[in-house]
Amino acid sequence: MRLRSTVLLLAALVACQKQQGSGLVGADAKGPIVIGHVASTTGTEATFGTSSDRGFRIFFDELNAKGGIKGRQIKLVTLDDQGKPEEAATAATRLIASDHVTALLGEVASTRSLWMAPKAQMAHVPMISPSSTNEKVTAVGDYIFRACFIDAFQGFVMAKFAHETLKLSKVAILKDVRNDYSVGLAKVFAEQFTKMGGTIVATESFSQGDVDFKAQLTNIKAKSPEAIFEPGYYTDTGLIARQAKELGLAVPLLGGDGWDSEKLYEIGGAALEGSYFSNHYSVDDPSPRIQAFVAHYKQVTGLVPDSLAAQAYDAAGMLADAMTRAPDLSGPSIRDALATMKNFAGVTGDISLDANRNPVKPAVVLKIGKGGKYEFVTRIQPE
Amino acid sequence: MIELLQHIVDGLSLGAIYALIALGYTMVYGVLKLINFAHGDVFMLGAMMGYYASAKWSGEAQNPSFWGAALVGILSMAICGVVGFIIERVAYRPLRNAPRINSLITAIGVSFLLEYGGQNLFGPTPNPFGILPRREALNLGGLSLGYVDVIVFVVSIALMLILQRIVFHTRIGTAMRAVSWNAQVASLMGINTDFIISFTFVLGSVLAAAAGLLYASKYPSVHPLMGLMPGLKAFVAAVLGGIGNVPGAMLGGLLLGLAEQLVAGYWSSSWRDAVAFAMLIIILLVKPSGILGRSDAEKV
Repeated sequence: MRLRSTVLLLAALVACQKQQGSGLVGADAKGPIVIGHVASTTGTEATFGTSSDRGFRIFFDELNAKGGIKGRQIKLVTLDDQGKPEEAATAATRLIASDHVTALLGEVASTRSLWMAPKAQMAHVPMISPSSTNEKVTAVGDYIFRACFIDAFQGFVMAKFAHETLKLSKVAILKDVRNDYSVGLAKVFAEQFTKMGGTIVATESFSQGDVDFKAQLTNIKAKSPEAIFEPGYYTDTGLIARQAKELGLAVPLLGGDGWDSEKLYEIGGAALEGSYFSNHYSVDDPSPRIQAFVAHYKQVTGLVPDSLAAQAYDAAGMLADAMTRAPDLSGPSIRDALATMKNFAGVTGDISLDANRNPVKPAVVLKIGKGGKYEFVTRIQPE
Repeated sequence: MIELLQHIVDGLSLGAIYALIALGYTMVYGVLKLINFAHGDVFMLGAMMGYYASAKWSGEAQNPSFWGAALVGILSMAICGVVGFIIERVAYRPLRNAPRINSLITAIGVSFLLEYGGQNLFGPTPNPFGILPRREALNLGGLSLGYVDVIVFVVSIALMLILQRIVFHTRIGTAMRAVSWNAQVASLMGINTDFIISFTFVLGSVLAAAAGLLYASKYPSVHPLMGLMPGLKAFVAAVLGGIGNVPGAMLGGLLLGLAEQLVAGYWSSSWRDAVAFAMLIIILLVKPSGILGRSDAEKV
């Protein structure tokens, strides 16, 4: 008897909750569209999160001023994951379950995007990562998209650049084994560079957060390479550059978009001058679309946008475009609209998505010049 | 051959920093039988204070003038000395007669307070800072000798000798050893034990600050969690050499630095930390009193 009444009570409670749930959705239809953003706004990659967030907010503020989407305003909710993958997963769950977000934006780091993606996929909430370049991220499921090129392309760009532009034949690799992004880039670079006729003379590794790289650099020095491909993040890269110089290893470092931060030069200093990295766009690019974005960003924040801000701006643009084209704002409708995106005019280039929900667009190579200024070297198109 | 020499040079310079932090651990343990887990965070505070002081005065957090560096160093060490005094007075003294596990847990609490309080106060982003002026490394026939490494090594040895002298050849050192032997009897002999213990903490914290400043010069990136790993490693070094033993801490630090660098150089950098902590386990199994530690008979 007792048991049965408990069961009944529970059933009633569940029913109540369900009703409340559907009631909420009804009320929401007039309120703002809530979009979730998971970002590392603190920690060793803090500038990744803060730059992305600025890019998103600038886009949505503009959009809201123009009247929003389907007559509704956009509300961006940003949660910090402190640069920890498990926190990124928790933040994604919280945004989906308690903030009932229409779509998820984030993360920059591939490792953290990989922890978030299953949550979004399971709840059928479309997710767009602005800057995660590891292939595996969008392979999680058909609700996961990105606004940037993938590692295979970035590795190819740097291999082609090292071989054709710099005319190098002996390159060493130093990769971060705790980082999916770094491991992926190193693998593709090694394959492509060898295929083009170059040799990888040494492969050494480190773990994110290490501060001493002398042992690995000493081994690399013994093989006398002409350059070191180091696809890490900016804090590690700054320290690596300084220690390489201290060891008398005077060859350029080559890297990927993980270098892009104003902190890079503060930590690495003059040791970085003469190194190259691939990136999503260059502020010096004369294209009117880029110059208009840079001017607008400077006017609002007083800062020069790094590529993460530009990528975020484009990711928000893709989402807004899909939400406008979708017949309604349910997860599946937005997903279908995103999947058919063709020639979206983004700041970082025209974006079309391929069958694996990855954009096809060009990359740029930048050189670190005197005083840490990025110099535009070349633009490399996808094959 | 030249690589082996390079690995050894780098290992000794890393080890010298571990040794400098380990000196503070070992001294506090020697006097109080307390493992002060907050020591690594005082080390962090040393580097942080240096960063703020130099950013404030010279507007340039790297490459300061000689006098600027001296001023920043003294200020940072003084602040850390005061912090060490406060930590002992507020967190450890009330627990002095409580079971040892209580003070150990408090020490972990103080450590977390400094780390996460630091994240709120200083912000979690790494900042570039170095107290030593930048200069090119010496090149000895392919072997590169960073001058920061040389300074770190020399300063560590000098501080160890000074410490050894204080402990064995001064009145206050005699009092420290007396307190370490038996605090109750020492106080009956007219030794102010509270003062001696405070002094030990202040001295240990000043050494930690010096280590923090040197560490930041070698790896120029300071942030509130930077003390975590070096603190743990220095603890391993102190145990390895024989905790409570000053030359032991030095020896333990150098051995640990060498081992880590050779593992990273000839095996894999992923094993670096695993080997460091495996050394702790092995020494505890084989010779729990450490390489230079005496195994005292249980005092009854």
